[in-house]
Amino acid sequence: MPNSPMTPGIVPERLPEQAVTDNFSDLHAPFDRHEAAVAADRCYFCHDAPCQTACPTDIDIPMFIREIQTGAVEAAARTILGQNILGGMCARVCPTETLCEEVCVREAAEGAPVEIGRLQRFATDHLMDSNAHPFARAQSTGKRIAVVGAGPAGLSCAHRLALKGHEVTIFDNRSKPGGLNEFGIAAYKTTNDFAAREVAWLLQIGGITVENGKSIGDGLSLAALQNDFDAVFLGVGLAGVNALGLAGEDMEGVQNAVDFIADLRQAPDLRKLAIGRDVVVIGGGMTAIDAAVQARLLGALNVSLVYRRGRDRMAASPYEQDLAASKGVHIVTNARPARIIGEAGRLVAVEFEYTTEVDGRLAGTGEFFRLKADQLFKAIGQKLADTPDGPVIADGKIRVSGAGRTSVSGVWAGGDCASGGDDLTVTAVAEGRDAAEDIHATLMA
Amino acid sequence: MADLSTDFVGIKSPNPFWLASAPPTDKEYNVRRAFEAGWGGVVWKTLGEDGPPVVNVNGPRYGAVYGADRRLLGLNNIELITDRPLEVNLREITTVKRDYPDRAMIVSLMVPCEEEAWKRILPRVEQTGADGIELNFGCPHGMAERGMGSAVGQVPEYIEMVTRWCKQTTRMPVIVKLTPNITDIRHPAEAALRGGADAVSLINTINSITSVDLDAMSPEPMIDGKGTHGGYCGPAVKPIALNMVAEIARNATTAKLPISAIGGVTTWRDAAEFMALGAGSVQVCTAVMTYGFRIVEEMISGLSDWMDDKGYAGVDQIIGRAVPNVTDWQFLNLNYITKAEIDQEACIKCGRCYAACEDTSHQAIAMSADRVFSVKDEECVACNLCVDVCPIEGCISMRELQPGEVDPRTGKTVEKDYANWTTHPNNPGNTCAAE
Repeated sequence: MPNSPMTPGIVPERLPEQAVTDNFSDLHAPFDRHEAAVAADRCYFCHDAPCQTACPTDIDIPMFIREIQTGAVEAAARTILGQNILGGMCARVCPTETLCEEVCVREAAEGAPVEIGRLQRFATDHLMDSNAHPFARAQSTGKRIAVVGAGPAGLSCAHRLALKGHEVTIFDNRSKPGGLNEFGIAAYKTTNDFAAREVAWLLQIGGITVENGKSIGDGLSLAALQNDFDAVFLGVGLAGVNALGLAGEDMEGVQNAVDFIADLRQAPDLRKLAIGRDVVVIGGGMTAIDAAVQARLLGALNVSLVYRRGRDRMAASPYEQDLAASKGVHIVTNARPARIIGEAGRLVAVEFEYTTEVDGRLAGTGEFFRLKADQLFKAIGQKLADTPDGPVIADGKIRVSGAGRTSVSGVWAGGDCASGGDDLTVTAVAEGRDAAEDIHATLMA
Repeated sequence: MADLSTDFVGIKSPNPFWLASAPPTDKEYNVRRAFEAGWGGVVWKTLGEDGPPVVNVNGPRYGAVYGADRRLLGLNNIELITDRPLEVNLREITTVKRDYPDRAMIVSLMVPCEEEAWKRILPRVEQTGADGIELNFGCPHGMAERGMGSAVGQVPEYIEMVTRWCKQTTRMPVIVKLTPNITDIRHPAEAALRGGADAVSLINTINSITSVDLDAMSPEPMIDGKGTHGGYCGPAVKPIALNMVAEIARNATTAKLPISAIGGVTTWRDAAEFMALGAGSVQVCTAVMTYGFRIVEEMISGLSDWMDDKGYAGVDQIIGRAVPNVTDWQFLNLNYITKAEIDQEACIKCGRCYAACEDTSHQAIAMSADRVFSVKDEECVACNLCVDVCPIEGCISMRELQPGEVDPRTGKTVEKDYANWTTHPNNPGNTCAAE
């Protein structure tokens, strides 16, 4: 008998093939030309537009929408990509509801913003579908720069440096470049292998070499890089995962949410991916949401997302919370894990204690409850792993000042591993770009 | 409920909304459906001489100009007069008028500028039972190349001559349809009056090229790689038509000449505006070509409700009511001083008023770091551009300064008395100031 959502344990093939295909198709279908024209017509071309101010990469949004309106779609794409070389991915994954679209004046006027994210995707897809790369490198400078980490920050930095005529080598410890774009974002936000296609498109600029399977501490040292290159950019992300600090975290059935998401992204056939019947996710950020939603989409019967504080404190936006709820995720708030319960070395339940906030501090109420669980995903945050010797670390991140300057001369950092800014793809792109400009200015001074 | 029934030079219709001579009125099928929908009258699409009918192009005959969301703002056409046999049209006009005796049936005509040609066709039209005729001296494309349409309308002497022939030949009221492709609309209107016209109708379409196909490098509508100028109509031409109607209505010679207004009438409000400027009926084409016949329901209910609100019992009470307020620039009150005012509650902070004023006007709007936009009264000349570019209706308004208040821009106290350019000290032709 084939598996179904009711099948106990962690098993593959809970849903028919078509259901899985449908579940993991585009969350928001791309605009066709007519839809884009209608959406673009709504833009008021605001002065000193709030949307642009809200964009971490400072894209001239009114201008690219006007360019779409007038049929100059490639020009629109250049407007976007000139500020944000990963504008295609950001169009898919940006929490626009808390950035550009939140401040759109039509949100104020009508409660319905211009659909900036989808318009951005329309423009960038149009250009990338032709596989044309709209930027050309400047004359070679003879300078060589090492970029550690092939995620959004590293790729953005490398592209801008290559554009300026520098030679760039990107080192990354994974099997392929892309970082969280490739391994860490919900599959339904980046379908058809978009992350890999985008990287291949980006590398068309030339002057960038990618060396996979190499990271600091694993065949590389910062000192050696400083010796071999004119500058170093660290975009290593947060590769470590916070632990719950409970007994039984190594029990069968207990897993880091980021590993589940990465496995899912790399799975050649999603149906073959095993998922529990009763899944519990602990955390309140995007990783927790992505894990919980995708567990449901794979066919898990019951998925509970448990967060220790109230909904208003969740890092995931209300939009993402609603998305999870609409997919059938049960969101439990004000509860913290107290005990991981197993039988014969296998997870069977998680015990939680209700919490309350007293003067901003979290306290248990002494009331406990259990959620049946054959699979538990931990998503309570990531941290720097294998911190390189040298740069000063503050509050768990590489301390930077200005455009990503670390405490070590000649070493820059950006993205999630560096201090300042939200841990968002778009912020990482901005920081990588700005660091590249600063590296260029420093090396050419 | 207000009485919308209309008596225009003796032609009666249940409401002032007529369909203009154009594709919608080219045949019985359409006109019957228009009357069923509620239209008060039609001007049947222009008939030509007996004999082989004209032919139309077999490619696109319309071109368009769009606003946001592809809303049709302007339409241009290169269609000629009816391309159906005269006999067929006359037969259909007869049966439709017989079946809809309460509706206005006017027949548009265009035959060569020869007396015999007009004398041949007029009795045949009379036999249909039609209520009146409209002389098409307006179409600027195609037929004008053959010495008809606007080629006649651009020569006042021809207008007068043909009008006189018609008046001498028929008992039917004669409406002369004017072309706007002239420099001063009063001259053709006066010529029509001299020829004995019962009324004028205007405007016919405006000479135009709507767009250029940048691949084919040809004007549109494009026929096998080439294009020609066509007649422009629709909402975009309404301001031009309003002005021309008003020019005739306030011209002493033509002040009593009835006007049937045409030009971008799309809603009841457009109709009311034309009527306020002197029109006794309005003719509609582009709006029905865009939305279909049903829009007349909105035009009837909207006009009727508005008249009820204002206490107007019949259309006679609104016709020409705004004409006394159309004046020359030199008579505008220079002591009327206003300042823009922004309703901060209604403002959505788009900043379009700021960009417009800062870049192109008088730098009279301030923008704070948190996007509060406010008017600098000491700079504001009350030009109204901020009102015009604001996407929120009513957000920016003009406040009238009261006599005794000081205008911070000029430092002068607002006078209560009316004063215009003719007596202004800066006017070199002003005699009063020198005294």
